[in-house]
Amino acid sequence: MALKGNLSDFSIIQLLNLITLAKKTGALYIESSSKSARLIFREGKLVYATAGMDAMPLIKIMARSKLIPSSMAASLSERYRSLNDMELGITLINSGYLTQDQIFTGITDFFKDIIRGLFTLTDGLFHFEAEEPPPLTSIPLRMTLEDIIIEGSRQAHEHEDLKSEIPSLDVALKFAERPGVNIRDINLNAEEWRVISYVSPKNSIKQIAVVAKLNDFQIRRVVYNLLQAGLVELIRLNNPAAPAPPRMIPARNPVEQRNLVNRVIDRIKTI
Amino acid sequence: MQTQTVKIVVTGPFNAGKTELIRSVSEIEVVNTEKKVTSESEKVKNSTTVAMDFGRITVDNDLVLFLFGTPGQKRFDFMWEILSEGMLGFIVLVDSTRPETFREARGILETFRAYAPTPYIVVANKQDLTDAWSLEDIRVALRLDSAIKLLPCTAKKKSSVKTVLLELLYAILEELDSAKS
Repeated sequence: MALKGNLSDFSIIQLLNLITLAKKTGALYIESSSKSARLIFREGKLVYATAGMDAMPLIKIMARSKLIPSSMAASLSERYRSLNDMELGITLINSGYLTQDQIFTGITDFFKDIIRGLFTLTDGLFHFEAEEPPPLTSIPLRMTLEDIIIEGSRQAHEHEDLKSEIPSLDVALKFAERPGVNIRDINLNAEEWRVISYVSPKNSIKQIAVVAKLNDFQIRRVVYNLLQAGLVELIRLNNPAAPAPPRMIPARNPVEQRNLVNRVIDRIKTI
Repeated sequence: MQTQTVKIVVTGPFNAGKTELIRSVSEIEVVNTEKKVTSESEKVKNSTTVAMDFGRITVDNDLVLFLFGTPGQKRFDFMWEILSEGMLGFIVLVDSTRPETFREARGILETFRAYAPTPYIVVANKQDLTDAWSLEDIRVALRLDSAIKLLPCTAKKKSSVKTVLLELLYAILEELDSAKS
């Protein structure tokens, strides 16, 4: 059955968790305006990944992981350009350039970085093509995703924590009249400076995020840092009433209730 | 003798099929307040429930079962607490073809559990459609414990809805039994 949707509704972490727990086999395609990826799984384990739709050659992956010096990577690419990844891997091992473990480590790190790059996506389409196999020439690898799911979950929790600190972005910021720290000791990064430049009671945090090109998570993190530094204060535009306490159903005699439920069951059976 | 009434609440995200489910088994024309949908994000159907659906099944001479459908949109969640008061149990209805509503369904489920810790089941509607997610995937997506009943359903089919209601009632009986022991 179909497994497709939008990352704004179903995060990459939830997807990876689902694929892992359900031990799925097939290819997960992610397509957003900024990036795309193809992740192939076998029984819930990652066996292949590409950022974009084109695979990165093995030599480049090894150079990226600094397992092969960049200078050597160019000459090896040239020398072995007719070999596919699997043939090249065997050749590199037999020639003593790399061990099998090093190749696996390099590929694993590369795949993890592809997934980490997807954590920041808050919008984009995904679909899962069941039973789609990895390319025949790829290095056979089976990578469990529990660690990276935990890592992504932590990031998501951080976002949740920030949301509880700054639940609404429809509030404005103003400069604190008496900052809690000496402003000369504060070092702001580029994102923080961008936000600071728009601080005004007239601008909501949401509006600042749009002009500063920050997503909800990023703007919350910046505002949180500025609040912690005592530089700004939130100006709440409204004060929603506190939610009413939960109301419990009245207690009943269990025998009476059981009898009542049985009567309803008998009736439903006749529908 | 005064007629006794019991209540089952049908909840779930916008356009999950709550009205349809109640309509399938109610012996009266479902009373609902429908309003033209104005929000862009909710233009999946032309009208939606803004107050509540209200169906009825006469059990016997002195007992009536009411089925209440909650309005789907978040902005009507103030109604949920009122509707949940005194219910026997509740059904969380999910549109199997719209994963973008799963998170909301999870939120609604948790809200109702907080309002009234009564038995509930989760129902995956529109399982007859080709792009429906499988029950296994929905269970994982909704983070449902294996002990929680998750049933397939086609809300427009009376037999399917009947099974759903019976499963909820059996869950209520099990709950009563476990409380007794």
